[in-house]
Amino acid sequence: MANKILVFLEQRSGLIKKSSFETAKAAKKIASQLNYDLEAITIGSEINDIESTGKYGVKKITFFKDEKLANYSSSAYAQIVADFAKQIDADILFFSNSSMGKDLAPFVSIKIGAGILMDCISLEVSGNDIIATRPVFAGKALIESKINSQKKVFTLRPNVFNIGEVQDEKAAVEVKSVDNLDLRSKVTEIKKSEGKLDVAEAEIIVSGGRGLKGPENFHLVEELASVLGAAVGASRAAVDAGWRPHSEQVGQTGKTVSPNLYVAVGISGAIQHLAGMSSSKYIVAINKDKDAPIFSIADYGIAGDIFEVLPALTEEIKKVKS
Amino acid sequence: MKIAVCVSHVPDTATKIVIGSDNKSIDPSGVTYIVNPYDEFAIEEALKTKEKLGGETVVISVGKDANKETLRKALAMGIDNAVLLKDDNDRDSIGIAKALAEEIKNQAAELVFFGKQSVDYDNSIIGQLTAELLGYNCVSVVVDLKIDGNKITAEREIEGGREVVETSLPAIITAQKGLNEPRYASLKGIMASKKKVIEEKAAAASDKVVEVLRMKKPPMKQPGRILGTDKTAVAELVRLLKEEAKVI
Repeated sequence: MANKILVFLEQRSGLIKKSSFETAKAAKKIASQLNYDLEAITIGSEINDIESTGKYGVKKITFFKDEKLANYSSSAYAQIVADFAKQIDADILFFSNSSMGKDLAPFVSIKIGAGILMDCISLEVSGNDIIATRPVFAGKALIESKINSQKKVFTLRPNVFNIGEVQDEKAAVEVKSVDNLDLRSKVTEIKKSEGKLDVAEAEIIVSGGRGLKGPENFHLVEELASVLGAAVGASRAAVDAGWRPHSEQVGQTGKTVSPNLYVAVGISGAIQHLAGMSSSKYIVAINKDKDAPIFSIADYGIAGDIFEVLPALTEEIKKVKS
Repeated sequence: MKIAVCVSHVPDTATKIVIGSDNKSIDPSGVTYIVNPYDEFAIEEALKTKEKLGGETVVISVGKDANKETLRKALAMGIDNAVLLKDDNDRDSIGIAKALAEEIKNQAAELVFFGKQSVDYDNSIIGQLTAELLGYNCVSVVVDLKIDGNKITAEREIEGGREVVETSLPAIITAQKGLNEPRYASLKGIMASKKKVIEEKAAAASDKVVEVLRMKKPPMKQPGRILGTDKTAVAELVRLLKEEAKVI
């Protein structure tokens, strides 16, 4: 029997997340290169359309189902994933580096005796090794490492591994129940920030900084974000001034992001900020000061008054989109 | 209750990173080291918890002599005791967690705080690994914490919201910015911290399983074009985003 790779697919509100599909696709590629078999695991209460994970290369998925598992429980989820990994004798496990994956993967790694690497942005097979590249110092440097233990756990940064083409295939689903759920830690409630997209997951981010002069002007950023379907981000200066919540902070003491498009508005580009967003695919900067460091990494810039340029940009995009 | 805080000593976030001659680590010359920013929230929460529930606090760090500077800072903020688990070699995450777990067991600490992530190697897992090694409960990325007897109610930040987690002691909590407002060390605290003895012992042995092959700088983005200085440039910007970048 071939060796196995196990990928954990995360559901929220009964839907498997896009970052999990990215992870499945990347795991599939590694599995074919190493000539390993790929299996998937998911945990929840009701999950829609599990068969469709076949599109992303998953042929077999095991669904651990219990109404008590609808929300995340670190103790129960870790136990289930680790027990299943042992049962099928999986050597390599992949998780998305999401809030859940970041919490869960280290528990599982200890339970199965695996070495662990988090937040990988690229994986290369070299002989029998997987060389993982991960950003360190919030992206100021990259580090290539490998895990030398037999069992290995990797988490992959969302929005970096392309899903690419999908096949029209369905996965075989096996539903299993769980005895003796370990619910020592459990989520009892989820408080959503009203319909807001999170910067860590968004494909487009519009971020505002001190150039906006005050929290009352952030509606300009929100309006542009809204027409672009983007998440709202903020610089550390804007967060430290109390204008925006820390959950929106991009940079070294906030979130490190890699969206397709990052629009920096009134952000000069301190080194901590640049570290957190410079791996974005396209960067637009709008700032009055033409010498601001942000322009040194921006693909397109407008060195002008944001209070004039921003509303005009929002209008123009509305026009193009309609 | 015995409360522990685990801290790391990291390059200041304003530091420019230069790759060292081994091509596997950073060049430390001219780098200013600070208390890991997220650990300040952990220290503050330990102090607040002691003020409310009583007990004793201890700060623990794994690494070189230089880490004493960060331990001293925690003492100056009000932590009672400090332990340096000495190791002059770099460890992987599990190696650090093993040393910490051993000492937490020694200290019989029931509640342990970590920063949610060190801003150097950014793995964000030492707290969880340590908890699993000890068999403690764990809540990571915590922005709100209530302890009532044995029961813990914590809010952790997730994509687009928060999860309310219920668990119990013994537990490890990893602190996210927003959990509290770290205090400044008072002059009295700073003076007192200088007189305190930092206990030193060898970190528990551990084999490395993660091997660093190479450290490198990320590809530099080439500066692009400044399209204009007022709103007349907007039409061209939108055209480029649509036709050249194809991102809208």
